[in-house]
Amino acid sequence: MAIGPLAAAYALAGVGLNLQFGYTGLLNFGHVAFMLAGAYGTAITVNEGGPLWLGLLVGVAAAVVLGLIFGLPTLRLRADYLAIVTIAAAEVLRIVVAGPGEDSLTGGVFGIQRFADGFFDLNPFPTGDYGIGRVSFTARGMWVLTAAWLLVAVFTVVVALLTRSPWGRVVRAIREDEDAARSLGKNVFAVKLQSLVIGGSVGALAGMILAFDRQSVRPGFFLPVITFAVYTIVILGGPASRMGPIVGAIVYWFVIQFTEGFTREAIGAGWIPESILGPEDVGAIRFALVGLGLMLLMIFRPQGVLGKRQEVLIDAQ
Amino acid sequence: MPSNAAGAAFAGVAPEPGVPKPDPVLVVDGLHKAFGGVVAVDVEHLECQRSAITALIGPNGAGKTTMFNLVTDFERADRGRWSFDGRSLEGMLAYEVPRTGLMRTFQLTKALARMPVLDNMKLAAPDQRGERLRDCLLRPRWAAQERAVEKRALGLLERFNLDQMRAEYAGTLSGGQRKLLEMARALMAEPRMLLLDEPTAGVNPALVHSILDHVRELRADGMTILFVEHDMDVVMGISDWVVCMSEGAVIAEGPPASIAENDSVIDAYLGTSRIEAVDVEGPG
Repeated sequence: MAIGPLAAAYALAGVGLNLQFGYTGLLNFGHVAFMLAGAYGTAITVNEGGPLWLGLLVGVAAAVVLGLIFGLPTLRLRADYLAIVTIAAAEVLRIVVAGPGEDSLTGGVFGIQRFADGFFDLNPFPTGDYGIGRVSFTARGMWVLTAAWLLVAVFTVVVALLTRSPWGRVVRAIREDEDAARSLGKNVFAVKLQSLVIGGSVGALAGMILAFDRQSVRPGFFLPVITFAVYTIVILGGPASRMGPIVGAIVYWFVIQFTEGFTREAIGAGWIPESILGPEDVGAIRFALVGLGLMLLMIFRPQGVLGKRQEVLIDAQ
Repeated sequence: MPSNAAGAAFAGVAPEPGVPKPDPVLVVDGLHKAFGGVVAVDVEHLECQRSAITALIGPNGAGKTTMFNLVTDFERADRGRWSFDGRSLEGMLAYEVPRTGLMRTFQLTKALARMPVLDNMKLAAPDQRGERLRDCLLRPRWAAQERAVEKRALGLLERFNLDQMRAEYAGTLSGGQRKLLEMARALMAEPRMLLLDEPTAGVNPALVHSILDHVRELRADGMTILFVEHDMDVVMGISDWVVCMSEGAVIAEGPPASIAENDSVIDAYLGTSRIEAVDVEGPG
């Protein structure tokens, strides 16, 4: 569903990554770790008997700590080191939460369920189906959807305000040339760390949305491929464009839904012989088509849907 | 030949390496840096006179840029002491040095390409409240300062003939315009001394004149300038004092005219000392 909770969660993750990657130029290849930290922070706290608000707080705090752990040792080094550390650490974190047994804090590979009740108790929508035509959501779905898009709206505005301030000017300068920013008296390290932590915290909220939507958290939800899906979204929408992550997420999920539906029907109607493509291949082929779409976009519209073409042209010089 | 107040300040100064100046603002002592076995910088003593233009010359690989990097803490020195206006700069972080009033530019210009020219300028203003994370979302706290910064930036852009480019991305500027932008941007930080690394390299002659005029104006305003330069016409035309480095060490310094005739400078550039050394050693 192109505007469903999943799209909203990815858009929100994209808003966070856009601050880090699009505006600051930080190569955070472990964004999914922030989502994991948020989701597990909340789930564990509530599961252990804490209230929902504390769970949300712990989830964000976990992301802040994670950002500091990622950033403190690597942000003084060249940009590639952050990429190496984050991609590895995200996977390590996922394996660590999957490690212990079913009765442990994290629930091991089975994860944690029954932590979302507090969230759904707040649901203002009466029971029933909501939607237009073929598109419909349950009351619970509507609540997740609304909360998710509200968060997307709020943090799109926050990131817009941040990046339009003098702080945002420093952030952009760091993306362009760290040494230049340093030579102008800017504390590059501190600002990079701030950007990483803020973007990571927004990613943590996205992880919570995913957790509430599925009413469970499991290590299997937080595979590295999620990070790259969020990158795809940010690049699709246009890095360093305010509305980019929203447009990117909607386009991304629309393409996935559309290609899946289309391929299935094409196979069903016999347009594509089963010898070439069976129904079991559809899941894989849709990602291939997203990849193809991304390649075409990079060739014909390298700035993404909403990015500024001139910025890309300058970059190529 | 310098025929001005700044030149006159050097009246009693002997043209020899490491000589003390009447009013030094940048003082370097025993600065040493080696990359593996290669000694890049080994300066015993160097002083830069306040409100004067000092040129730093020397063949490629003499250690000029490395010395800039060491003095501004962009690279860590092996040992040595250096201070700016009485304040020690050793062990400072690179971003703290400009806050003392010592600004540098780079040999390869660092225009922030995907930012408008005006934003390049505004960025450099010091002590901006809006750059602090806790204030940046509260526009009223920095709006007034931002207006003042913008006004000053526009004034400087006008002075450097860049005002018609203010809305363009810095990446669209020509090489010479980027050098001008970098100099103007450095001035936004209200420095008291500028370290310019090849301010005229790769710039067309018309713009070179413009850049040099700006440098002279800055000196008239009391700015101290140390600049690396390869073009001897520029060096002779503008500097009050010339320092020549070779193989990491200061081998000569003096007024421009004396440097042009200095044997060790000529040796360093043409390498005659080596030929002579071979000749001397040959028969022996």
